[in-house]
Amino acid sequence: MAFVSIPSVALKGVAACVPLQQESNASYEYLSEKERQKLIKTTGVAFRRIAQQSTTASDLSFEATQTLLEKLDWQREEVDVLINVTQTPDYLIPNTAIILQNRLGLSNQCLAFDINLGCSGYVYGLQVLAKMLDGQHLKKGLLLAGDKSSHSVNPKDKSTYPLFGDAGSATALEFDINAAPMHFQLNSDGSGYEAIIVRAGGLRVPMSKEQLEVKEISERIARANNELELNGLDVFSFATTKVPKQIRQLLNETQQTIEDMDFFVFHQANKLMNELIRKKIKADADKTLYSLQNFGNTSSASIPLTMVVHLQEAFLQKQRLLLSGFGVGLSWASAIVETQKVVCPPLVEWG
Amino acid sequence: MNIQINDLIAKLEAEFDDIEKGTLTAQTSFKDLDEWSSMQALIVIALVDEHYDVALTGDDLMECENIQDIYDKIKER
Repeated sequence: MAFVSIPSVALKGVAACVPLQQESNASYEYLSEKERQKLIKTTGVAFRRIAQQSTTASDLSFEATQTLLEKLDWQREEVDVLINVTQTPDYLIPNTAIILQNRLGLSNQCLAFDINLGCSGYVYGLQVLAKMLDGQHLKKGLLLAGDKSSHSVNPKDKSTYPLFGDAGSATALEFDINAAPMHFQLNSDGSGYEAIIVRAGGLRVPMSKEQLEVKEISERIARANNELELNGLDVFSFATTKVPKQIRQLLNETQQTIEDMDFFVFHQANKLMNELIRKKIKADADKTLYSLQNFGNTSSASIPLTMVVHLQEAFLQKQRLLLSGFGVGLSWASAIVETQKVVCPPLVEWG
Repeated sequence: MNIQINDLIAKLEAEFDDIEKGTLTAQTSFKDLDEWSSMQALIVIALVDEHYDVALTGDDLMECENIQDIYDKIKER
């Protein structure tokens, strides 16, 4: 069972960056006025930030990291680990994290690699990074998480395009003997790999001219095989059954209760799904944070973005957070993280 | 499970913007309603889960022709 407790690692800082350009679902032209209203009411997504064509996900995470390092009392040569979570890398080869190591002016002693996960990626990344920080050789690490999902979705696909926004983020972890343990519960179910998928461009379906052809799948759902396909019903059933169960397991393992948590920060999938999960675990609505109204589903950046939007002041005090990411894979991961003082600069708007 | 079909119908009527109260019946083919969409399917699955603690899948819903079929699926869980 993938339950992991990690002592002596503190969350020291978090920053997020979104593109300046905003799109509104109220003017999404592939839906009627009535359908737009229903979409906004049901998914909760009113606005999304869309990166310029020349901007990559790593540019957004880079800007977030620059801002965070300015505010943190860290020297760049002290960063021992850099992990970049993304499904929209700069290149297929090499890893984006290694490019970022150089771009950020980090030392050659810094180890760097990408993790290819989406909705669950932030919590997975936290677990991997926290576990690596042993206090001996590795003391400080950066977790970058960001995606440019607007690149992967077709504007003529009403089942994906109005849901996703672009964002990047940076989180600083440090070995700290006084830190409360972080607790994680991590799961995977590859039988659902087709629920959220970009079919072409890997080795199973190599890229070709044919794969780039946009086909009408059903009414107002048109896309090419190298664009994101989402089976909303399957993802909904998966998330609303597996996630509450995982959160209950995590609480049982750690002998904590829902009431012990100060805030719930879930992956920002859609309002209907997140609210059902919240009600099933009986989490307080006031403690459950959302950023999807203004930013949509921002994939791996959704949890840190939501923290930056809501917790800047709260992060001055001690907080106990329940984080949960779920989706593409299928993969789902929840964590309980207790923070002391967290450096949290205002949201960076860039590009 | 002890549920009344009229209760399910009333809950469904509340989730369709264009449906007047008292219009739906057990025999209504909900997928033929103008307002039916994949989004509406999510709303129905969420409604059933929240009120009856039954997790229908997309396939379950596809197998249903009318509201009676949804009711029967809830009852058999």
